[in-house]
Amino acid sequence: MMESIVQIRELHFSRDSLKIFDGISLDIHAGQITAFMGPSGTGKTTLLKIIGGQLRPEKGYVQVFGKDVHHVDQNELYELRKRMGMLFQSGALLTDLNVFENVAFPLREHTRLPEQIIRDLVLIKLEAVGLRGARHLMPSQLSGGMARRVALARAIVLDPSMIMYDEPFTGLDPITKGTIVTLIKELNETLGLTSVIVSHDVLETMSIADYIYVISEGQVVESGTPETLGSSSSHWVQQFLQGLPDGPVPFHYPAENFREDLLVGR
Amino acid sequence: MMVATALQNLGHWTLGLFEKMGRSSIFFVRVLLAIPRTFTRPRLIIKEIYSIGVLSLTIIVVSGLFVGMVLGLQGYVTLVDFGAEESLGVLVAMSLVRELGPVVTALLFAGRAGSALAAEIGLMKATEQLSSMEMMAVDPIRRIVSPRFIGGFISVPLLTAIFTAVGILGGRFVGVGLLGVDEGSFWSQMQANVDLIDDVANGMIKGVVFAIACVWIALYKGYDAMPTAEGISLATTNTVVYSALAILGLDFILTALMFGDV
Repeated sequence: MMESIVQIRELHFSRDSLKIFDGISLDIHAGQITAFMGPSGTGKTTLLKIIGGQLRPEKGYVQVFGKDVHHVDQNELYELRKRMGMLFQSGALLTDLNVFENVAFPLREHTRLPEQIIRDLVLIKLEAVGLRGARHLMPSQLSGGMARRVALARAIVLDPSMIMYDEPFTGLDPITKGTIVTLIKELNETLGLTSVIVSHDVLETMSIADYIYVISEGQVVESGTPETLGSSSSHWVQQFLQGLPDGPVPFHYPAENFREDLLVGR
Repeated sequence: MMVATALQNLGHWTLGLFEKMGRSSIFFVRVLLAIPRTFTRPRLIIKEIYSIGVLSLTIIVVSGLFVGMVLGLQGYVTLVDFGAEESLGVLVAMSLVRELGPVVTALLFAGRAGSALAAEIGLMKATEQLSSMEMMAVDPIRRIVSPRFIGGFISVPLLTAIFTAVGILGGRFVGVGLLGVDEGSFWSQMQANVDLIDDVANGMIKGVVFAIACVWIALYKGYDAMPTAEGISLATTNTVVYSALAILGLDFILTALMFGDV
């Protein structure tokens, strides 16, 4: 059995009396690309924030690199976070810094490396995402896909062991989507990373994930490799994977009988 | 029933008020604790003094000039009836040093720089920049909030001094230059009656207190803003409203403490 980098056990989490997770347990194994899939609003991003220690669960525990992220002091939490990169959906680049400075930001904050070495490291990472030539641009001059690639370069600049991707494919054109898919796969292999992807883009995620958890209504509905999920007998999973408009997840919001509704007041 | 609802609302409002006070106090303490480490990065502070202080200079200088000119004119019109126009220098200087300098500077600062601070930090929150910083193991309070706090704390008293000085020159321009008050009396009476400790130092203390209040309100409102367009708009509005009320309220308390026993 592979070493598990993240262990989640019996996780309960609610937001404004709305139950988001109802006793979820799962593992993320070293060196793999693990994906969380599910419809919008199932709390996939919330799960990443819980793993990163930004949100606190009500019950259950989350161990990352062998430490309970919600029971360590701030210094220890920050040490853990240096080992995990996170790619936000918007990129979340610092808008007052250019591309080069954005990627250099974690190095300047956490190391006292000489300027020449910082420059080399930043250029290596920017080259890896294909944006070495864009180093002087400001975030406002970047397209959505470019911003995400810069954010990816920034996420790997401290050489973390694990990267979490929040909806990395959403809102991108097919070419850029393909670029991001390849980048995630290549970075995971060449840098020996562990990757966690949160997404509802079925094709892209299925093409690179080693293991997938399908989450809905606070539970893990199904989990397994892309192949086992593809042959799952669950109607719910098949509806989700094939994008069928109606099925166990109904097309209609609950309402009274249509005929009676039309006849009201006649 | 009506009474019960009213009581319930009052309780709800009071609890909300205490919660906000608690949150803003914890925020203030966190900012204060982060200050020593911020001083190890003076470049961040200098950048903030530039954007908060230096860029506010135009509005401060122009307003100071006009306020001083109006004081000179109004003062002359009143004093000349009693043949006391030689005291114009004291009147202009006292009004500016003790009251108008600190108060108007702080009000202008809240409108120009405070609202900008709240909007900037609110937008950083809405675009997940603060969140991404946390995930990069960088404390946003230390990296973003604390340098701005120090920048404001240093800038406002300096802007107050500049506003007052320019205001006095404006008063001199109208009084001496246009209305013919004797220049010697204008300056000598001012020199004889304005006290360094009682007036100038107390005025500067007001500047420091208003600085802390304005910057605290602006930074807290931005940091605590709802990460939506509406939330940020509310945060900037509240920053200006609360700052103005805090400045005027604090001014009364400070004035009573400083000059009340005469």
